[in-house]
Amino acid sequence: MELAKELNGTSVLALDYDRAIEDISRQFKETVVGFRRRGAIVAVSGGVDSAVCCALAARALGPQRVLALLLPERESSADSERLAMQVVEMLGVPYERKDITGALEALGCYERRDAAIRSVVPEYGRGWRNKLVIAGGLSGQFNHFYLIAAGPGGHRIERRLGLKEYLEIVAATNFKQRTRKNLEYYHADRLNYVVVGTPNKLEYDQGFFVKNGDGAADIKPIAHLYKTQVYGLARHMGLPREIVESTPTSDTYSLPQEQEDFYFALPYAELDVALAYLDSGRTAADLAAALGVDELAAKRIYADIAAKRRTTRYLHEAPVLMKG
Amino acid sequence: MKSVRDHVKEYISENFLMGLKDSAITDDASFLDLGIIDSTGVIELIAFLEESYGIRVEDAEMVPDNLDSLNAIDRFISRKMFARASTMTA
Repeated sequence: MELAKELNGTSVLALDYDRAIEDISRQFKETVVGFRRRGAIVAVSGGVDSAVCCALAARALGPQRVLALLLPERESSADSERLAMQVVEMLGVPYERKDITGALEALGCYERRDAAIRSVVPEYGRGWRNKLVIAGGLSGQFNHFYLIAAGPGGHRIERRLGLKEYLEIVAATNFKQRTRKNLEYYHADRLNYVVVGTPNKLEYDQGFFVKNGDGAADIKPIAHLYKTQVYGLARHMGLPREIVESTPTSDTYSLPQEQEDFYFALPYAELDVALAYLDSGRTAADLAAALGVDELAAKRIYADIAAKRRTTRYLHEAPVLMKG
Repeated sequence: MKSVRDHVKEYISENFLMGLKDSAITDDASFLDLGIIDSTGVIELIAFLEESYGIRVEDAEMVPDNLDSLNAIDRFISRKMFARASTMTA
């Protein structure tokens, strides 16, 4: 099958890993020196992107010029922290751990979010968990969001969200990414370091980040690499097997949530190929052949990529200055 | 009574364009092509239609054919209102 060929790196996703590591390391060091900083802060989540960024930072600057931050909160998966510890121990980088639950409580993150959830699921309360799920794009519909709430007894409720509830849930949840970034810049200021942003190309291109949250950084060393390539780099750099073989999750909502649930609507490996095909001018028929889907489905994938680019364009924009 | 087209155009002009020039919104112009509405705006527009016309827009109906121009919305609302009236008289 064509997808297997693409994923094995024989075509659009092929990458010379040694050369990529060398190129990124050189540019990384030049950037830090150019900014007249002395090292790099990396928030290590336990996922593959931050693990690769931390490894690249250690490679570029030396482990002692990197500070890794482990920033769990009460809804983070315990596995995430365990994997993050594996990364920092393997790389030999100094680290600090700070549980941000107290800060999030003080800001009203959980309380505001839960109030918004209760406006659509009144019984939502202690012991319940939640996540948002995207729907529509691949069926030719406009994208829209569902809330899934799971009660302590395990029963699940699904509700399509109106704009007000959706925005309130997302806005409250975004406290998590922004609080983490606050701490990253605290340490960066204290140590005269840069802050490393960890998005891969899919996340960066499709706007899967929080403006002034995980989207804020001084350097984004893997934002030009497809997720498939990031996994390849992780494997090539000998990062922990569990991370190399993990499924991407957002680890932001209290119910387990794969990124394709929440945002991407396609598994990352297929979306990587779709994005690469779109950007290299290949037709929907080419994509259909590569993914083993019909041409209408391929057209909808292209349309969904374009819609997300339109919707999230403002996330990339610098503040607009007025003309005098 | 205002037509659906006029009502929706007024809503879009006031809420999405905030009074900026709306001459590009002709009856057949695609909101997506004009860059006026993204997926967030569509959810907002659906809430407006549901509230104004007492309808429920189902997931399967959230498609450009129903919602991407004044004419498309006019046809869609007419169908929904007709279906509702038929149900009530049946």
